[in-house]
Amino acid sequence: MSDPRWSEALAHLPDYLGNHVRVSVAALALGLLISLPLAIIARNRPVLRGALLGLASIVQTVPGLALLALFYPLLLALTAVTTAWLGFSFSAFGFLPAVLALALYSMLPVLRNTITGLSGVDPAVLEAAEGVGMTPRQSLTMVELPLALPVMMAGIRTAAVWVIGTATLSTPIGQTSLGNYIFAGLQTQNWVFVLFGCFAAAVLALVVDQMLALIENGLRNRSRIRAALGGLGIAALIAATLVPALARPQARYVVGAKTFTEQYVLSALMAQRLQAAGLPTTTRAGLGSNVIFDALAAGDIDVYVDYSGTLWANQFHHSDIRPRAELLSELKTTLAMQDITLFGELGFENAYALVMPKKRANELGIHSIADLASHAATMSIAGDYEFFSRPEWAGIQKAYGLTFRAQRTMQPDFMYAAVASGEVDVIAGYTSDGLIAKYDLVTLADDRHAIPPYDAIVLLSPKRHDDEALKAALRPVLGKIGIAAMREANLRASGNDASSSPDAVARWLWEKVGPR
Amino acid sequence: MPATPLIAYAHVGKSFDNGRVVAVDDVSLDVAEGEFLAVVGGSGSGKTTLLRLANRLIEADRGQIAVEGEDVSRLDPILLRRRIGYVFQNGGLFPHLSVAGNIGITPRLLGWPQAEIAARVDELLALVRLDHAQHRDRLPHELSGGQRQRVGVARALAAKPRIVLMDEPFGALDPLTRDALGDDYRTLHRELGLTTVMITHDMTEALLLADRVAVMRGGRLLALGTAAELAANSDAYVGELLRTPRRQAERLGALLPRDGTA
Repeated sequence: MSDPRWSEALAHLPDYLGNHVRVSVAALALGLLISLPLAIIARNRPVLRGALLGLASIVQTVPGLALLALFYPLLLALTAVTTAWLGFSFSAFGFLPAVLALALYSMLPVLRNTITGLSGVDPAVLEAAEGVGMTPRQSLTMVELPLALPVMMAGIRTAAVWVIGTATLSTPIGQTSLGNYIFAGLQTQNWVFVLFGCFAAAVLALVVDQMLALIENGLRNRSRIRAALGGLGIAALIAATLVPALARPQARYVVGAKTFTEQYVLSALMAQRLQAAGLPTTTRAGLGSNVIFDALAAGDIDVYVDYSGTLWANQFHHSDIRPRAELLSELKTTLAMQDITLFGELGFENAYALVMPKKRANELGIHSIADLASHAATMSIAGDYEFFSRPEWAGIQKAYGLTFRAQRTMQPDFMYAAVASGEVDVIAGYTSDGLIAKYDLVTLADDRHAIPPYDAIVLLSPKRHDDEALKAALRPVLGKIGIAAMREANLRASGNDASSSPDAVARWLWEKVGPR
Repeated sequence: MPATPLIAYAHVGKSFDNGRVVAVDDVSLDVAEGEFLAVVGGSGSGKTTLLRLANRLIEADRGQIAVEGEDVSRLDPILLRRRIGYVFQNGGLFPHLSVAGNIGITPRLLGWPQAEIAARVDELLALVRLDHAQHRDRLPHELSGGQRQRVGVARALAAKPRIVLMDEPFGALDPLTRDALGDDYRTLHRELGLTTVMITHDMTEALLLADRVAVMRGGRLLALGTAAELAANSDAYVGELLRTPRRQAERLGALLPRDGTA
């Protein structure tokens, strides 16, 4: 426990846990609100019942992460419609998509168990209910639901555990959760964070499950005390997570970060600069790269670092490649049309680069991507989750006529070790990555300029257009972070010790590049 | 025979499966006030359907049924059921409700005050000879078959109905319990001035308990009358039904000369 990463993890707990509980409880409540009446309506209608269960099963087969990610563009489209037609908009970021996706996810066990429980009631008992003069509604509330309760509660408890577990995946769509520990920990190789996040989520799931069991037990034995205790426990849990949120001063500035180490460090650096200037700030780290730009445009986050080539190719769908300065100025104009400020460059480039071990490259006489072409057919290549679907890859393949024997996707932090150990022959790495030096790797030259420039640039949201306080706080960082400093910072952050937390590395980086 | 029929079936018909299965076929039958009528028949004879038409658990296709002089098709079926007692096969008790909760269910549906229901439950437990301190708060699965059926009878009587319908109420009980319960019910029937229609497949039970016996077969009312009237009936099926109790009586008479026939 002497490791400062534990105390750092603990410091985040009220925020992460609180958000996690709120989003899980809201999703579960919404799920129940929809599923229970649906199950009751469907119980005597075989066609509807089949359709509902089928639909819920299909939803269940969609991976949790994909389901969450799907809701973001869906809501974004919806908010565009409501803005145009009804004159109001809502945030498609974070809480709302997470709640909707998780609620959908919770439906199957609740639907299935409620229908099973209700149809499992002895027909003789139903007949008796009718015979003593109950209306269909009275039969439902006085006989069928009480008898189906144990099976229904089992479903609700399953749903609760699923939702709490899956809620950890809502981090990339901007909902803070216990998943923040896991995503950040995986990216920065901070296993303390990963363990802490898993452990906290598991404990939360167990606690909620036990409270629901207590409620169930109380209802079954008609013990008001036990049912009330369980209900009170859950209410207390929600209240406990609300209090710190209310007490905490509302942060005015939100710094965003994508899901890799460098982004965690840079967002921490910007947050520290803003705090130092007396501007209350939080970070929303671990956002998917398709989510983060829209979140900035919508004003859900205020500032983040992106890369010129990424925006050029992915956001604005250009396939041509321009010289560095021209691309930047073009980008600035395009962004200004959306009222987004390209505030400036940080001073380094984080481009994609094909990377292989220096020793092997020398043996084979490979110095540039062109040299690789004759060897590619016998080689395997690994890239991050998005690389092979990015236009750059298509560009590289086209410019150099590359066809590899096999291609694999990998967690970015693992692929350097993979190429160093010979598990794969080439990787699509990042020029600013500290691991290139650590593993004695070399980046292959791109003589035909197939890979666009990737200057790290600071973007400001429309509402920060004229925010001089913000600009003044961040201006000292612009142009100061060279490739060597960034590589070293990234290397430090990928270490697995106490000084490798993004906050600590950001402080180190500021020491190094900041004004003396 | 008292003049006003409390339940009157007039040319009643009911079929299931779009007319493929005829359960009740043109049955006309009057049940007089204070009468104990047993309906006897094999499975599929339509006796259960006939019983359920009276409180509209099943709706008739043809003919007319009157309860206490009112056409049931013009009555709210929910309210109709609440004023007619119904005893189910095997009790039909609600497994999640205590004995008191089961007995008090119809008064509760009728909105009686809590205290009145509690008093009525104790009164009924005494009536069906169950010790109220011992049984009041038990759940149905903690009772014996006979006790469950006593609770079933008490539940049927809770809202002070004039009519009680019984669907093979004692069928699943051992002979001793069955005999005791039958006798106890017969006493209640008389003392409370009830009108009872009981379904059974056991002719002996029917003859011993009921004032009149109706014999059903294939949805039709084959015969209707007192034991003596049935004995005079020339129908072969009726004769067959009567053969068992007759033979039993003769053999028991021979075996137990001092006690006479059971």
